[in-house]
Amino acid sequence: MDPEHLAQLESALDQVTGFIYPNEIELQWSILIVIYPYLTGLVAGAFILASLERVFNVKEIQPTYRLALLTALAFLIVAPLPLQAHLGHPERAFEIFLTPNPASAMAMFGFVYLWYLMVVLLLEIWFEYRADLVRWRRNEKGLMKFVHWLISLGSRDVSPAAVAFDRKAVQFITIIGIPSAFLLHGYVGFIFGSVKANPWWSSVLMPIVFLCSAIVSGISLVLLIYYVTSLLRRKKPEMSCLNTLAAFLLYALIIDLSLEALDFIHRLYESEESIEILEQLIITKLSLSLTIVQILIGTIGPIVLLAARFSKLPDELKRMIYFIAALLVQVGIFSTRWNVVIGGQLFSKSLRGMTAYKLELGGQEGLLVAIGLLILPFLILALLIKILPPWEEAKTEPEPDEAAAPESIAQPSAVA
Amino acid sequence: MGKTYQRREFLAELLNFPGATILLGVVGPVKLLAAEGDSYDPTEHYYAMGIDVEKCIGCGKCVEACKLENDVPDEPFYFRTWVERYTVFTDGEVHVDSPEGGIHGFPPIASDKEVLRTFFVPKLCNHCDNPPCVQVCPVGATFKTQDGVVLVDGDYCIGCRYCIQACPYGARFLDPRTHVADKCTFCYHRITKGLLPACVEVCPTQARVFGELGDRSTPLNRMMRMSHLEVLKPHMNTEPKVFYAALDGEVR
Repeated sequence: MDPEHLAQLESALDQVTGFIYPNEIELQWSILIVIYPYLTGLVAGAFILASLERVFNVKEIQPTYRLALLTALAFLIVAPLPLQAHLGHPERAFEIFLTPNPASAMAMFGFVYLWYLMVVLLLEIWFEYRADLVRWRRNEKGLMKFVHWLISLGSRDVSPAAVAFDRKAVQFITIIGIPSAFLLHGYVGFIFGSVKANPWWSSVLMPIVFLCSAIVSGISLVLLIYYVTSLLRRKKPEMSCLNTLAAFLLYALIIDLSLEALDFIHRLYESEESIEILEQLIITKLSLSLTIVQILIGTIGPIVLLAARFSKLPDELKRMIYFIAALLVQVGIFSTRWNVVIGGQLFSKSLRGMTAYKLELGGQEGLLVAIGLLILPFLILALLIKILPPWEEAKTEPEPDEAAAPESIAQPSAVA
Repeated sequence: MGKTYQRREFLAELLNFPGATILLGVVGPVKLLAAEGDSYDPTEHYYAMGIDVEKCIGCGKCVEACKLENDVPDEPFYFRTWVERYTVFTDGEVHVDSPEGGIHGFPPIASDKEVLRTFFVPKLCNHCDNPPCVQVCPVGATFKTQDGVVLVDGDYCIGCRYCIQACPYGARFLDPRTHVADKCTFCYHRITKGLLPACVEVCPTQARVFGELGDRSTPLNRMMRMSHLEVLKPHMNTEPKVFYAALDGEVR
């Protein structure tokens, strides 16, 4: 038995107030489980933003379309890692696929995840990039040529008919993708919302609140990444794009805040037996992370800032304001996840007392691992951007010879 | 089935003789009824437990016996069963404690306020008929047996701890040595041999009564006939199979 772990439980024992069941001294779901809904929320949000451009034809945010797709993929790849690292027996995780319990909300995770990754994201990205991959390949040498050939699965047909098919396929996948993205994150909300034993989690609104905050977090993340990558590439971010993103972010924040408020008022008004302990929870343990960080800094602050979208401030200033607002939103959404996951475990199911969570620095479930898991998606994104440049100028135009049959492309020397 | 009938007949006959009740007290009717030889048929049983709150003296022997019998970690963060003490003061305040799960008994009440009443409540897995832990287990490692006991397959559990979150009673923990979920089994290894669970065996006041639901004449059925029974958190609709007699409304 790990003596360090026991020492930690001993110290937690000192922080217990009131009465908790003796088995409740150990807090079961750590910061890793906070990161999991945070990451999947970003995935779903980024994808929904990308879909807006395609399905509703929002031209202004077109520069972010491919970037949003790659962002969703980078974060989706990392999303299951904190879950895996948190398992008591990570080597048995595959049992979820082999013998899933159909009654278990968690058992469906693997399937929802795979559906989203394989059927939606990868397919959409493939069709979106296919023609470009074929054309990039022509002027490339060495490793990159091989990588692009591999990713394009050897495809080489860039005839107008094939490209038209690509476009149709992307359209179709997007239409399937939107409900899938809703499913991916709404389902994460359901994992918590369906735990009737826990009054802080058990709420029919949970999946919807999760989804809405996912959209908020996704838009703000794409805004941040678009802004930063533009600066890094020494390009001016398109103001119409930023303005539209800021407006969407503002609307999503308002809906998110309304839902949270509805949940809060509903609980207060119904005033069930758990209300006293939840009140204590909010006033004591979550006073900083809920009231200050989530609501004031993470929601109301950005709403006020983003209202600048409709002001006559100069563009330079607006950009700065959007950037700060989006950063604050990320902090707010992270604490939203924290307040749900950790907050739900800080009070006893006897409703008579509270316990504490002490975040370790090292160890498998420590802060360092958590920070690593939050940085990892950005590294993956950087790699993805390298391989699949999402920028407008990287897009290729059809060349005059492409109207011909693909066979002629296979022998470019004949054309030359 | 014929065998069982004969045994019942034998027990009924036995009651006609003086001193038979002493014999039954020593051997225990459950032991006699359940002693079916080697061939244990789980479909013929449906286990449950009764707890008489008024009889519990908070000695903590059940907690100790459970830890010994089932190799539960000694540290006071892991319990398959524990005892809670409720102290109701005259001003209406209720104080609950369970120092180290009550394994060493309870210290004197540390309050100058006037006490209205106190009582002890032994707790354990309720072996719910509608168990939320079984529902949420992603791989089916926790399951309900045919004889009505909720068990964990430690070789199959992936240690996700969703079941611990789903249990409204705090009856589960993650074993720090094996990293899988663990909980009370009603001493399944004992009851299938016709023995009583360790906690029931050692209880000096017979506050814990083990037996079967159904028409067999067991001490449990007698208790269920004679008492006003209550289960914990009935609004959760988990249909617990640990029944409490004289349970106070303060208990959650």
